[in-house]
Amino acid sequence: MSATIAAPRAPGRGRLLDPALLLGVAVVGLLLGASLFTGVYDIFGQDDGAQMFAITRIPRTIGLVLAGAAMAMSGLVMQLLTQNRFVEPTTTGTTEWAGLGLLVVMILAPQASILTKMTGAVVAAFVGTMVFFLFLRRVSLRSSLIVPIIGIMLGAVVGSLSTFLAVKTNMLQSLGVWFAGSFTSVLRGQYELLWIVALVGVAVFVVADRFTVAGLGEEIATTVGLHYGRIVLLGTALIAVATGVVTVVVGNLPFLGLIVPNIVSLIRGDDLRSNLPWVCLLGVGIVTVCDLVGRTIIMPFEVPVSLILGVVGAVVFVALLLRRRRHG
Amino acid sequence: MITLRTVSKQYSSEVRIGPVDLEIPAGGVTALVGPNGAGKSTLLTMIGRLLGLDEGTIEVAGMDVSTTRSKDLAKVLSILRQENHVVTRLTVRQLVGFGRFPHSQGRLTAADEERISEAIDFLHLGELEGRYLDELSGGQRQRAYVAMVLAQDTEYVLLDEPLNNLDMKHSVHMMRHLRRAAEELGRTIVIVLHDINFAGRYADRICAVQGGRVLEHGPSAQIMTSEVLTRVFDTPVQVIDGPDGPLAVYY
Repeated sequence: MSATIAAPRAPGRGRLLDPALLLGVAVVGLLLGASLFTGVYDIFGQDDGAQMFAITRIPRTIGLVLAGAAMAMSGLVMQLLTQNRFVEPTTTGTTEWAGLGLLVVMILAPQASILTKMTGAVVAAFVGTMVFFLFLRRVSLRSSLIVPIIGIMLGAVVGSLSTFLAVKTNMLQSLGVWFAGSFTSVLRGQYELLWIVALVGVAVFVVADRFTVAGLGEEIATTVGLHYGRIVLLGTALIAVATGVVTVVVGNLPFLGLIVPNIVSLIRGDDLRSNLPWVCLLGVGIVTVCDLVGRTIIMPFEVPVSLILGVVGAVVFVALLLRRRRHG
Repeated sequence: MITLRTVSKQYSSEVRIGPVDLEIPAGGVTALVGPNGAGKSTLLTMIGRLLGLDEGTIEVAGMDVSTTRSKDLAKVLSILRQENHVVTRLTVRQLVGFGRFPHSQGRLTAADEERISEAIDFLHLGELEGRYLDELSGGQRQRAYVAMVLAQDTEYVLLDEPLNNLDMKHSVHMMRHLRRAAEELGRTIVIVLHDINFAGRYADRICAVQGGRVLEHGPSAQIMTSEVLTRVFDTPVQVIDGPDGPLAVYY
């Protein structure tokens, strides 16, 4: 090509493994250790301490890891597919749709297994997210704050419908319990299906580059030979599975998918593949801290993690908005 | 060669394209010019398979753009649209790297990295390669996008008004880069231009579009005449002899 010979340069993508990441893993590891040993029950003093440890503490900690990573990744994928920094499953109605699906299954088949409930939630989350994406394609308002506002409105409508159905069928209390995101009920024998989201994580890792290309927009994606529609469909399916499963097992985890990818992007840019470990790590870290706070703040009782997350998330969300406004 | 046969498309209630029959030979720079709403960008977008046709066929290097797999086309044809709204925070080098996607599917090899470096150097972006796109000026960003489509290493490169938002100096630089890409890298470049004088100066061929049809198509010297331009733009245009060839004056 040109006469000047390009000097060997550092490749464009960030390295996957670096000392900072190892440090991050260590910090989150400590947090998870704290989660294992935080609780009212004295696992060392009581005779059945080891048993309690295996029944509640370990599942709960695994739950934190899986749910935190899954919701953070779902947020990231969704932001790439919509080319909008302010969307995530709880600001696009996906969570509300999953709740509606869950409710419908509970009404139609009260004795349904948790797997059936989960399927209902996943299918509804998929349909709802597709509705939202199709709507976005028609209005082409990708760059503005209108997008999350539309999503929140859509979510509110679906949420109201769920509440109405719940009132009519006397399910309001179950709905409330299901929805308040909490790891209290993550116990052995009840949480195992959460492992499904680990598969979602692997899938996101495999197709990471495609999602990044899709994040450049339909036209650039097409010009480099990517089947844009298929990637959107795949992304939506992965988001729906992650959101559906987490909603059924844990409940609503607001803002997690929003703040985590934004913080990582501010610091490291947007190369998805090398960012994914960070997104997972930060997602797990934030959820764990919030859960620890929820578990200790009014000991011996617990505050649902969604409450703490909501407060923390809202503050970070507003901070991000202000920052973006200042920097254009 | 790019071949359009009886191509037509109802784009919107105002803009109707075709029927268009057109042959753009391989090699050199071909400029699409014409008044607003003539359908230049629409034609380019259809050739680049970003927009479907209602009727007719378009072939690029013998491949039908409507039926060939997008993945295969991406090795022959790249297109850059006018507005690229990217919210993703990527560095210049990462963006240019995505031009290699058709060849590497995202897993860049050493050969890919070399191609990326070449494209970056070709557009003199070496010093900026580590910067994020949102930290660049409009002209720098435009160059980064062009570097991306050059890194894609396709024989055919379609560009939709790449001079938009560029000042005089950067417009001239951009056209020189594109000329060099045609001459030194042997690319076939099809470009939508707003300024007829840029077309006259830098394009080998000009294709004049009006009302969704091709009005004139030929070597630049043949199109750069008072009579043809007055007809194409529907306003009095006078072509005079400038220092570097014919100049259209219409002010």
